[in-house]
Amino acid sequence: MIRVVLPAHLRTLARVEGELKLDVEAPVTTRAILDALEARYPMLCGTIRDQVTHQRRAFVRFFACEEDLSQDSPDDPLPEAVAAGVEPFLIVGAMAGG
Amino acid sequence: MSGVRVLIGTRKGAFILTADGKRERWDVSGPHFGGWEIYHMKGSPADPNRIYASQSSSWFGQVIQRSSDGGKSWETVGNKFAYEGAVGNHLWYDGTQRPFEFARVWHLEPALKDPDTVYAGIQDAAMFKTTDGGQSWRELTGLRNHPSAPAWQPGAGGMCLHTILLDPRNPGRIYIAISAAGVFRSDNDGETWRPINRGLVSEQIPNPTAEVGHCVHRIAMHPSRPNVLFMQKHWDVMRSDDAGESWKDVGGNLPTDFGFPIDVHAHEPKTVYVVPIKSDSEHYLPEGKLRVYRSRTGGHEWEALTKGLPQSHCYVNVLRDAMAVDALDPCGVYFGTTGGQVYASANAGDSWTPIVRDLPSVVSVEVQTLS
Repeated sequence: MIRVVLPAHLRTLARVEGELKLDVEAPVTTRAILDALEARYPMLCGTIRDQVTHQRRAFVRFFACEEDLSQDSPDDPLPEAVAAGVEPFLIVGAMAGG
Repeated sequence: MSGVRVLIGTRKGAFILTADGKRERWDVSGPHFGGWEIYHMKGSPADPNRIYASQSSSWFGQVIQRSSDGGKSWETVGNKFAYEGAVGNHLWYDGTQRPFEFARVWHLEPALKDPDTVYAGIQDAAMFKTTDGGQSWRELTGLRNHPSAPAWQPGAGGMCLHTILLDPRNPGRIYIAISAAGVFRSDNDGETWRPINRGLVSEQIPNPTAEVGHCVHRIAMHPSRPNVLFMQKHWDVMRSDDAGESWKDVGGNLPTDFGFPIDVHAHEPKTVYVVPIKSDSEHYLPEGKLRVYRSRTGGHEWEALTKGLPQSHCYVNVLRDAMAVDALDPCGVYFGTTGGQVYASANAGDSWTPIVRDLPSVVSVEVQTLS
């Protein structure tokens, strides 16, 4: 099971608390995780990536294993620790403000 | 027992206020959707328990919320606003052409007789419609494909379709307004559109009387006289007596004819309200006085309404969708400020009281009259 951490606003929107666990078939990629996430929580469609282009929203970042994976291809395999469920895949609302 | 429900959208969430017909004691519910911008929230005229809300953020985009119990509980519905066909371009601030790009829903207008049908005005300017309670949205492409669209340009707040008026006496007739393109009318439920800006004069554009390019801030009508339209423009308060075919300036003795909201008394179709604002760049109240101006003559002659409103050191703004009226007698008038106060008058504007204050900056105010 893949572990996913949503930012607080999206946890509220999806009506979940804490980490999510998603069943994602290999190869585990950002696209595969987001596909599974949106299938289970359709209210998140469009909040992380554009509904048409699937481009990541500008103020959303993807972190895992202390790395920023936001600029990687969504089809790149994610670290083995994420695929094995050892480390969570973090969806982060970028810091922006003063 | 009659009552009212006030739907308030702010920069950081939604609030719902309720009162009985006396409109003296208010219950405040909220924040709903805390931390999100609520550009607009409006109830269905056909079913007052059905309310739609436009929820958005720069981080997480657009969400549409729907309530079927008067705002006690909410569910997310469809939020896919995809332009149909070739996207096309519009005029950008620097004079270049730029593709239309969805940013947010500015205005939700539930249909008059069907709670599942709603029109949505979006940025970049286009019109969408749902007939399944918001689950899916389809663009009414005739507007964005109008030949004038490449000449539309954004106002300071973005190129938004911010006003939708449904004509109750002429089914299929819809008026919309876009900043900064102007007013358009459809007579076939949004299939085709034509600009209706004759008489508008905007010195800020190369051709002051151009067919499009006018920064219309808001339009309003009274349901008993849908051919009479009132407009608050970026400079000038205007009136049309012929369903938008022509407009004339009715700013009269207003201290400034700049402002954002404009609305009409529920029972007196010639009684109109505006909030004059100092501009071109200040965008706060002139002389630090919060004054609503009322005309009982369809414009030209205006009186300042100040009782209960701060008359010194007040520098808030009142945004375009932040004024509404109820249908009780006497008519109630409501408006919200960028300072987070919502003022109400239960006597058609003669006196005012804050019904809630110190909210986040108020973006929109709508009122439902409940029986």
